[in-house]
Amino acid sequence: MRRWALPIAVIALIVSYPLWAINEPFRAFFVDRLGMDMDTVFQMAVYVMLALGLNIVVGYAGLLDLGYVAFFALGAYTLGWFGSALFSGQNIHFLDVGNTAIPGFHLSFWVVVPLAGLICAIAGIIIGWPTLRLRGDYLAIVTLGFGEIIPDVFRNGDSIFGHNLTNGVRGVTQLDRPGFGQTVNDATGGFLPDRYSSLPDKLKPWFYTILFMCLVTIFVNLRLRDSKMGRAWIAVREDEIAASAMGVPLMRTKLWAYAIGGVFGGLAGSIYGSFINGIFPTSFSFQISVIVLVMVIVGGMGNIWGVIVGASLISWLNFTGLGKIGSLLNDGIPGHAHDVDVTKYKFGIFGIMLILMMLFRPEGIIPSARRKAEFKEGEGEAVLYDARN
Amino acid sequence: MAQNGNILEAQEVRKEFGGLIAVNDVDFVIPRKTIVSLIGPNGAGKTTFFNILTGVYKPTRGAVFFDGQPIGGLPPHKVTALGMARTFQNIRLFHNMTALENVLVAMHSRIRGGVLRSIFRTPGLKKEEQEAHDRGRQLLEFSGLRRKDEEYAKNLAYGDQRRLEVARALATEPQLLLLDEPTAGMNPEETANFTTFVAKLREEQDITVLLIEHDMKVVMGISDRVTVLDYGEKIAEGEPKEVQHNPRVIEAYLGTAATA
Repeated sequence: MRRWALPIAVIALIVSYPLWAINEPFRAFFVDRLGMDMDTVFQMAVYVMLALGLNIVVGYAGLLDLGYVAFFALGAYTLGWFGSALFSGQNIHFLDVGNTAIPGFHLSFWVVVPLAGLICAIAGIIIGWPTLRLRGDYLAIVTLGFGEIIPDVFRNGDSIFGHNLTNGVRGVTQLDRPGFGQTVNDATGGFLPDRYSSLPDKLKPWFYTILFMCLVTIFVNLRLRDSKMGRAWIAVREDEIAASAMGVPLMRTKLWAYAIGGVFGGLAGSIYGSFINGIFPTSFSFQISVIVLVMVIVGGMGNIWGVIVGASLISWLNFTGLGKIGSLLNDGIPGHAHDVDVTKYKFGIFGIMLILMMLFRPEGIIPSARRKAEFKEGEGEAVLYDARN
Repeated sequence: MAQNGNILEAQEVRKEFGGLIAVNDVDFVIPRKTIVSLIGPNGAGKTTFFNILTGVYKPTRGAVFFDGQPIGGLPPHKVTALGMARTFQNIRLFHNMTALENVLVAMHSRIRGGVLRSIFRTPGLKKEEQEAHDRGRQLLEFSGLRRKDEEYAKNLAYGDQRRLEVARALATEPQLLLLDEPTAGMNPEETANFTTFVAKLREEQDITVLLIEHDMKVVMGISDRVTVLDYGEKIAEGEPKEVQHNPRVIEAYLGTAATA
């Protein structure tokens, strides 16, 4: 029972966050001091999802993917295609909660999100098919290339054979917001909101939606880790030749990792696009790929809880944490007025963090037992080879 | 290729690495339910030949038939699925997986799994996983690794690592088992135990065995047939006794002076 006490307490605190943390007396600390307002918390959760998706690719299957942002972008643009007025020549509505007079494709948000996952899975297979034959550094370079190409495609997608598919640099705005519709709202006695945007504290349903999606991601991560596929991923990571000699099809196993990782990138992208209410090609830079990878590494590759902690910590620092720490330092040091803008040195600080982690705790904040063992490989290996000589 | 008493046939198999001919037009058969040994001095091309049979290398020329079916150029996992399993000369276990996990990985082509079924953990999948785990534990016990299920492979003693390699190969449910120097580094007692174990495999599990081995006591003790390679060429073939007295074999091992 004691083993469960801590996790249950943590989950309870997270689930009830919008009920206590943003109200006095906690508001002074959580929102004013830490900068963990609902908006930030939502974005942190999006990054937790991204990191968990990349964890499957990098942490489980050991494929270094430097272009993960491509899936995030593709997921967001899926919402642009099926949940905005982008295609203004059309007027198709399907179970959505918006105004039927607005032109464009408008599928229900709850259809668009899984659709984004599906499209990213297919994209993952198409991208992975030629690239996953490569190993190690070569794979990293090619995925890096794809991460750069995809936003460029969206940037220049405003005139593909005369069709405007992405609205180019102007991006897609006025995206559909989620909601359950009047019928469901009435049926549940107002519990499930009609439209998120119509509520006075509209951030609350957003928070619970992303929380639910994170839980699904964690669940899938856990189940896959303990499955035939999960074992095959680790085997491929450990020794490709031995794995294939034991009947593990290398390409297919890697493609699954890549596609499933892509699914979560896509899911996160679609809800993020709706929340931000604007999708621009410039929002999907290489920085995102790197920062998500750093989350996975700092947290502890292959360990779900480590990845969640890493993603929460780094995304918090990224969004508001560094700024808040900076103002704390500026105010806290006595003497003449200080005005150091800490956020300007963000990437320098992240770089130093990463170097320090690699030096002192390369296995991550909460390492997986297996990874920890890998970093302590030395002794075991020596015995093995001595015996042969 | 007509179905006959041979589980494996290699016809004029040749492998060149640039200018080097590692395997030179070798014809080779393994009759069903026999133990065949492949011997030869270091660098004779034995392991290369092994790698061709198991799909790691594609032969430059020639054909390989397994159970009457051509397998030249098939990827290793397909060859394994057909019923051929191997161990590695320089142990290639999944070091950071437990003994049981190593064996479970090898069941890959024998269990259905399925990503969606795994996510929802359907009753069918649960049962399948349970059976796989049970079978894995039995196999470990059969291979002399009792109560080592949860040990990481790299923490096992050297002899146990060798045993685990064989257990892992057996988990693929092979008809033909290829062992690449399985007794290397074992002490005489371990070697004797291992020899008995291989004989038991054939008796109890009807498995055909191809053995690369340097220990002549092992080779002469359990082999039905012996093939000798030297510089990529087959120089002798036959029953252990014949081969032992073949002058070309003695020459290959000991040099020309020995036969003079």
